[in-house]
Amino acid sequence: MTAVVLNEVRKGFYLDSVALMRLSREIATIPGVVEAALMMGTPSNIAIMRNAGLLSGDISTQGSDLILAVKAETEQAARAALDDALKALDKPKSQAGGKSAWRPRSIASAVAATPNANIALISVPGEFAAAEARKALNRGLHVLMFSDNVSIADELSLKQQAREAGLLMMGPDCGTAIINGAPLAFANKLKRGKVGIIGASGTGTQEISCLVSEAGVGISHAIGVGGRDLKKDIGGITTLMAIDALDADPATERVVLVSKPPHPDVAKAVVARIAKSPKIYTVCFIGAASAELPKNAGFAATLKQAAEHALGGKKIGAGFDPAAVGARLPRRKGAGRIEGLFAGGTLCAEAQVVLTAGGRKVASNAPIPGVASLDSKDSAGCDRMIDLGADEYTQGRPHPMIDPSVRDDALRAALVNPDIAVVLLDLVIGYGAHADPASHLAGVVAGRGDNAPVLIASVTGTELDPQVRSAQIKRLESAGIIVTPSNEQACELALAVINADAKVNRHANA
Amino acid sequence: MSQKREQTRCQALLTNDLTVVNVGLEGFVKDLQDCGIAVVHVDWSPPAGGDPKMAALLAKLGV
Repeated sequence: MTAVVLNEVRKGFYLDSVALMRLSREIATIPGVVEAALMMGTPSNIAIMRNAGLLSGDISTQGSDLILAVKAETEQAARAALDDALKALDKPKSQAGGKSAWRPRSIASAVAATPNANIALISVPGEFAAAEARKALNRGLHVLMFSDNVSIADELSLKQQAREAGLLMMGPDCGTAIINGAPLAFANKLKRGKVGIIGASGTGTQEISCLVSEAGVGISHAIGVGGRDLKKDIGGITTLMAIDALDADPATERVVLVSKPPHPDVAKAVVARIAKSPKIYTVCFIGAASAELPKNAGFAATLKQAAEHALGGKKIGAGFDPAAVGARLPRRKGAGRIEGLFAGGTLCAEAQVVLTAGGRKVASNAPIPGVASLDSKDSAGCDRMIDLGADEYTQGRPHPMIDPSVRDDALRAALVNPDIAVVLLDLVIGYGAHADPASHLAGVVAGRGDNAPVLIASVTGTELDPQVRSAQIKRLESAGIIVTPSNEQACELALAVINADAKVNRHANA
Repeated sequence: MSQKREQTRCQALLTNDLTVVNVGLEGFVKDLQDCGIAVVHVDWSPPAGGDPKMAALLAKLGV
């Protein structure tokens, strides 16, 4: 049977991407519907829909137009589903802030009506994000730009403008921040305390802040800078401003800086600035083996080590013994590989650090220095660490932290792959994340065979989060998934399972 | 650039209560409100008829 594709365009109709994803999913569940997608009519979205076979012919739209696409078994089913989608669009938009809340149509009118506004949280499509950030900066607002797909030229220009005005420009592609206790975008609810964080990596910031908070010491602020801030083009503009801000902040006693390895020139400038600080620093350039640091700073090779350094040496999950736990777990006969399926990019990077230090050959779609790229010849037979938040998995789809089903196909394939001994998983909870990712994951792995790989997971989150960390752990454990105190320890346990009779090869943690 | 002004504005951000202007994903509004953070949501739609280049130009012109 040939599927039928029907399209409809709503001129000048905007809904945010998460709302559109949700409605697309609802329409896709209608009997007879094969696939459904509702997307704004930007050139990149049109290309995605065309590649997915969801456009029936030529289509002419602007970025302000909404395209509806339904692929169904029959024309009748497609037409009925399209009608349902159109009816759903005609329902009044939900009123953020309550039914009676007045909604300004622009940043200018929002600021005019709310003179004490001090920060803009921008998550519009990337092609419009720089323009909105500029409007916010022009009106004296600090900016957290959650949007990605912003050019590096725009990023530099916005950060220069922000610096000139004394404003923080966090992002683009800044997934998380906590300012004065307020969790912004994907952030966790944390204890307040003396540790400040400057993060160029979202899930790195989340893992460190959660480990510190759960250990009982809290977070003063977590300032996101965006993943490219420490690249040569940007020169660490926001990072250097964040250091100034936290140095001057009386609530902050220690500071953690987490990033992918910076450009050497930028690293030198940042380290020189840290040397002038009166505060104690922890530097985690995840994927770098070391860094030359001043006396007031310590290097951490992993996120867990960074949290422990910030805690003054207190061990996280001290009672957890990967060798002892690993010895009790069954080893799948004939299997020798570890497969990591990560929602968090920095958690995927940390896994590569731990596994390579443990003597494993590793490949990844987001390789750290020294790790093979998945599409290279060197990747054959390697452990595979997959960042499911990377562009190739999320183009036209929500991030796996919002929609954990992004991981489902890869996980189902791993469960029946005879080469895989261990599957490493992460759950990132908190504001912005899926309401119950553990139950989703448990549902996917339910009914797996007796000879399935060992499943090991960690949960990045806190007891204060809406999903409640301990409840998520309990749900995973009820599904037979081994849960460790941190992502690093999940990787150490994977090593212990693989090397069941060998001493766990601990990396430079001493 | 005034170093003093930079310190003042960033320090003010870290010490004062936040009032957030949310532009984009509406889901962030409820999260902030649940934490007791003041937030005003902009009923945003793509400006300049959805033309990103024109939108960028208008923003530079302060429109």
